[in-house]
Amino acid sequence: MALRTPIKIARGLGSAKDGVHHWWIQRVTAVALIPLTIWFAFSLATYAGADYATVRAWIGSPLPAVLLILLIAMTFHHAQLGLQVVIEDYVTAKGVQLAALILVKFLAALLALVGIFAVLRIAFGG
Amino acid sequence: MAQFKLPANSRIGEGKTWSATDGSKNVKRFRVYRWNPDDGQNPRVDTYEVDMDNCGPMVLDALIKIKNEVDPSLTFRRSCREGICGSCAMNIDGTNTLACTKACDDVSGDVRVYPLPHMPVVKDLVPDLTHFYAQYASIKPWMQTQTPAPPDQERLQSKEDRAKLDGLYECILCACCSTSCPSYWWNGDRYLGPAILLQAYRWIVDSRDEQTGERLDDLEDPFKLYRCHTIMNCTKTCPKGLNPAKAIGEIKKLMLERRT
Repeated sequence: MALRTPIKIARGLGSAKDGVHHWWIQRVTAVALIPLTIWFAFSLATYAGADYATVRAWIGSPLPAVLLILLIAMTFHHAQLGLQVVIEDYVTAKGVQLAALILVKFLAALLALVGIFAVLRIAFGG
Repeated sequence: MAQFKLPANSRIGEGKTWSATDGSKNVKRFRVYRWNPDDGQNPRVDTYEVDMDNCGPMVLDALIKIKNEVDPSLTFRRSCREGICGSCAMNIDGTNTLACTKACDDVSGDVRVYPLPHMPVVKDLVPDLTHFYAQYASIKPWMQTQTPAPPDQERLQSKEDRAKLDGLYECILCACCSTSCPSYWWNGDRYLGPAILLQAYRWIVDSRDEQTGERLDDLEDPFKLYRCHTIMNCTKTCPKGLNPAKAIGEIKKLMLERRT
C-alpha cells in the first residue's frame, strides 16, 4: 500500500450496491424456520416408536410432505447464506475463500435436492 | 485465516517494576503495555506502583502522575481530561474506555492498561488511527444539499427532527466501539465499523441533508455495512453511553424500506 493516500485505501473499490437481498432473505428464511422446526419436532415426538409403515405413510401424505420439503429447502438455503458470511469473515486468502464459498453452495444444493427427492419418492411411491 | 495468535514479534513479555516511594499507604498497581518502535524489542508490560493518596481519581490522573514523576518515556494521548475529546481512549481492565472518565476505584486489583485492541501501535498506548479517520472522511461527514443555504438565516429544522440527532451527535470518535468489534478486527480494511456507521447515520437521518439516497447507496455493501452481526460490543463499551448497534440497525431498516 505504499504511496497511496489513506482515503484511497479506505474507499477501496467502492460500494457493491448489494447486500440487502442477502440480509433480508436470511431473515425471512429464519422466520419461516421457526414454525416449521417446531412442527417437525412435535411430529418426531408424536411418531417416536411408531413402525416403519406408519411413518412412511405419514411422510407420504400431502401436508407433511409439503411441509417437509419446505423445511428442507429453507434449512439449506438459510444454512448456506449463514456459512457464506462465516467464510467471508474468517477466510482471508482470496482463492481459498472463493473455493469454500462455491463448495458450500454446491453442497447445500446437493443435500437439499437429496432430501426433497427422498420425500417426493415416498410421496409418489417410488 | 483470521489470526488468533499474536505474531512472534508482538508477544508481550514482563517488563520493569517501579515501586512506590516509602511511606505510601494506599498503593495501587498499574500494569501498562509498553512498546517502543526504536529499540527492536518485543512489547512488555511494566508495573507502576502509585500512591493513590497523592493522585487524582481517574486512570488518566495516574498515567500523568507516572509520566511526570516516575517514567517520562511513557507515551499516551490526552487532551481535555473530561471525556469530550476522545484522545485518551485505551483498553483499561479489559474494556475500551476513556482514561479520563474511568475511576481507578472502579477497577478491583491491578489496573491493566493496553492500547485499543487490534490497531497498529505507534508507541506504548498510542494506536495508529489513520485508516479509521480515512474511513470517517469516506462517508462525507458534512451537510450536502442541492438547495443553497438561505442567505439570511440558518437551515431550519423542527424540534422533532432535531431530536432524531440525539444519541448520535454526542459521538466523539474516540474509536472505543470500532476497536471492540470482532468484525472490525477481522475485516476493518473494508468494514466501516460502528463509529463510522453511527456517524453515517447521523447524516442520513438529518432532515436538512439532501443526499440521503446517495449516502445509502455508498453504504449498501456486504463489507462496508453488512459485516455488522449485531455483536453489541460497541454499545456495551461506548464511554458516552451511545448505541452504535441501534444506528446500524436503523441503516439496515432504511435499506430495506427503499426497496419494499
